[in-house]
Amino acid sequence: MAFLKIDSLSKSYGETRALVDFSLEVEPAEVYALVGPDGAGKTTMIRILCRLLDPDEGKVTIDGRDVDSAFEKIKPLLGYMPQQFSLYPDLSVEENLTFYAGLYGLTGQAYREKRDYLYTFSNLAPFAKRRAAALSGGMKQKLALSCALIHDPKILILDEPTTGVDPLSRRQFWEILLQLKAQGVSVLVSTPYMDEVARCDRACFIFDGHKLSEGEPDSLAAQFEGSIYYYDTQPTAKIIGDLNGIPDLSASRFGAGMHLYLKPGDKLDRYLEALGSIGADIDRISPIKPSLEDRFIQLMEAR
Amino acid sequence: MHKIRYIALKELFHILRDFRSLLIVLAMPVMMTFLYGYAINMDIENIVISVVDLDKTAASRELTDRFFKSNYFSMAEEAPDFDDPEQLLRSDNATAILLIRPGFSEALQRGEKFQLGMTVDGSDASLASAVQAYSDAILLQFLMDRLPVGFEPPGLTVSRQVLYNPDLQSSHFFVPGLVAIILLMVSALLTSITIAREKETGTMEQLLTAPVKPYQILLGKLLPYIFIAFIDGVLVLIFAQTVFDVPFQGSYLLLLLFGFIYVATALSIGILISSLVRTQQVAMMIALVSTLLPSVMLSGFIFAIKNMPFLLQAVSRIVPATYFLKIIRGVMLKATGVETLIVPAASLVGLMVILLLLATRSFKTRIG
Amino acid sequence: MDMTHDGPLDSKRCAVEVDQLTRKFGDFTAVDAISLRVEYGEIFGFLGANGAGKTTAIRMLCGLLLPTSGTGRVAGFDVHRQPEMIKKSIGYMSQKFSLYPDLTGRENLEFYGAAYGLSRDRTRTRVEALSERLNLACFLNELSGDLPVGWRQRLALAASLLHQPKILFLDEPTGGVDPVFRRKFWGLLYELADEGVCIFVTTHYMDEAEYCGRVSIMHRGQIIEQGRPFELIKSGGFENLEEMFVDLIRSRGAARA
Repeated sequence: MAFLKIDSLSKSYGETRALVDFSLEVEPAEVYALVGPDGAGKTTMIRILCRLLDPDEGKVTIDGRDVDSAFEKIKPLLGYMPQQFSLYPDLSVEENLTFYAGLYGLTGQAYREKRDYLYTFSNLAPFAKRRAAALSGGMKQKLALSCALIHDPKILILDEPTTGVDPLSRRQFWEILLQLKAQGVSVLVSTPYMDEVARCDRACFIFDGHKLSEGEPDSLAAQFEGSIYYYDTQPTAKIIGDLNGIPDLSASRFGAGMHLYLKPGDKLDRYLEALGSIGADIDRISPIKPSLEDRFIQLMEAR
Repeated sequence: MHKIRYIALKELFHILRDFRSLLIVLAMPVMMTFLYGYAINMDIENIVISVVDLDKTAASRELTDRFFKSNYFSMAEEAPDFDDPEQLLRSDNATAILLIRPGFSEALQRGEKFQLGMTVDGSDASLASAVQAYSDAILLQFLMDRLPVGFEPPGLTVSRQVLYNPDLQSSHFFVPGLVAIILLMVSALLTSITIAREKETGTMEQLLTAPVKPYQILLGKLLPYIFIAFIDGVLVLIFAQTVFDVPFQGSYLLLLLFGFIYVATALSIGILISSLVRTQQVAMMIALVSTLLPSVMLSGFIFAIKNMPFLLQAVSRIVPATYFLKIIRGVMLKATGVETLIVPAASLVGLMVILLLLATRSFKTRIG
Repeated sequence: MDMTHDGPLDSKRCAVEVDQLTRKFGDFTAVDAISLRVEYGEIFGFLGANGAGKTTAIRMLCGLLLPTSGTGRVAGFDVHRQPEMIKKSIGYMSQKFSLYPDLTGRENLEFYGAAYGLSRDRTRTRVEALSERLNLACFLNELSGDLPVGWRQRLALAASLLHQPKILFLDEPTGGVDPVFRRKFWGLLYELADEGVCIFVTTHYMDEAEYCGRVSIMHRGQIIEQGRPFELIKSGGFENLEEMFVDLIRSRGAARA
């Protein structure tokens, strides 16, 4: 049975529809990513899950309990990390941890053991007495995560925990999330970074308050309709123009080279002659896997 | 409830670590007492008058002397212009002109009636009545001193005994009231920003998902401030006593106990404001306006409540200073006992409970 | 219509050429002898963890910070002796701090025009030209704080182009923007590059880094890798730039805190 069940959630702010009939389920011991750009509705949804906002319509249940009516019972199971840093800047790392641990009823030896365990993977021990305001961005994220985990929650909800963080630190963060999954925790993460989807169990695309697609990472990208090739050559305006001139083929500049797009079911072989006639070098054209971004864009344009 | 303890401890950290604010919080009430204590001095002294002595005798000179030897009058720097004596009053160089015409000394010796002339600037009514009262008193004393020894003028006299403030020093009246008002304002200010700040900085978002209830947050935040505000109160009282010589007739313990209750009530006003409002700036403004003005105007600080229209009298009942004014004036000036003071004290407790209940009701557990 | 210049640029000329550029703060070496050569018309990606020295390096290239040692020329001006001239020749766009939310799009652009020293007439001409090219017309009269992220980015880009700089520095220009907008934004950048502008981009988004012509990766103040994304990926046998990045940094040991 799903640990987190979101049922037809809708929310509007005046004229703006932030969420439209959104449904989603997260299983126990599953890492689920909510992927979408700014303004897509990620934060709105997460706030509704944590009862920081009330939806216009729809229901949310966690561990079988209704968030709207039984949230006090859900609180001990829930670990939340908001998008902006929400701990106390004038309190030290240790003081922030002790405070939240106390609110969740964790004190004494049990607290110290849990704290030390969190210190090992966060590397915050040397900074225990430092004021939170004096921590670097990456350390703040780790502290926020530690406070969300101090009480051994069964579900962790993270709102863009890795925004602005470099790829290596992001990787490390995700490794922590995978460890949690191994311990049976459900994790719901929102992110604008497509490349993070690769590491989760399932993901969905959210855009304009709607769910565009959902599934395992590989299958999501594979749902791309058509095929993409990379042409490793100087992307001059002339070549791009010539390529676009070939019917059923579209080309655009990409980095130091070009992307060629073919329709579903089409094969590159059909174009060998046409390509040769404009002077394209077939040997420098190789197929590439469509990226999640490619698929996202395709879905967005379809809406 | 140990969760309240955690909230209170955290709040204490916030208070102690904001050193500059803490300094202001402790120094400000003392400074205000100082400033307002000296500024609000209702005793009228050193009224500027000009005495025009046309008699120029020993007697007239003695009368003139008496006017200026007292603290009540001081001499104008200019003499009035004979063509336009009122110019002196119009130009605010004197409040009154006393004219002693020739023949004063002779009339005195012969026991005849004589009229002195006094022109008074009536634009400040209380000043003018003070001039009249003081000059009558000086004249009467002058005459009495010339009477034969043993002579008693016939008529009624009133044997007056002014208790509690025999010199009618206004500071005894005002300073305790000032203490009450300053404490109210500072306390409300202190707590008004605490919840609003968590909303503004975003820390509330995290707190709301933790298993802690609104009443626990409110009480936890209230506790540390009670001690700070209490220290403020003690400082202000000591200051008032030493600088303004306000006597202390009653029990220190009683004042401390009831002062505690008063301060807690005042802090609860701030807590309520903080629950309702989203930004710290607005919270501070509301705290200032809702405590300073009503307490100065409606608590009995200057204006007697019984003289007010009914509606305002009703409003004065929800101003905590109204009750504490009775308590502090009672204890300091009249040595009033518990039996009388228990009534206003109970009203304060009732007010505090209502304020905290309202604060709990209006505490939002949602963002936005 | 040419967005930036009144005539073509010689694309063989070097926009940025630095050699052993170093910056120390006391004992701490923020940038450690980096060497770069970027030509006009190139889009160059600047990658690296926070604290690797990217910001310091870019500040030196923008004329905002003097190097401790090393040599360099940006837009033909010396980095040691002519930082003021460099500042005038470059455009800078930072996602977080570019626009005043209480001002409309037009007011923001007019403000920046004045700040760059353009006359009122010139500013007006440029605003019209950029508005047409970047499709900003409907957003010029809205408060920029009310605009969705993607349009704010466009506006910020326009602001950085008002004085027709030859070199553009873009700091995380498409963070949080939806993919369609990002593609369109990059289309604009490609057009600019075709007109001869040299573009420096910093980003944490590895997918986006692949849009660049060449990238460099900084680590502990040094440039540890440079090259075309496609080649870097292929030669290491990686799936994408992110894997390459992670593998590279991991092999070098922990980044600075």
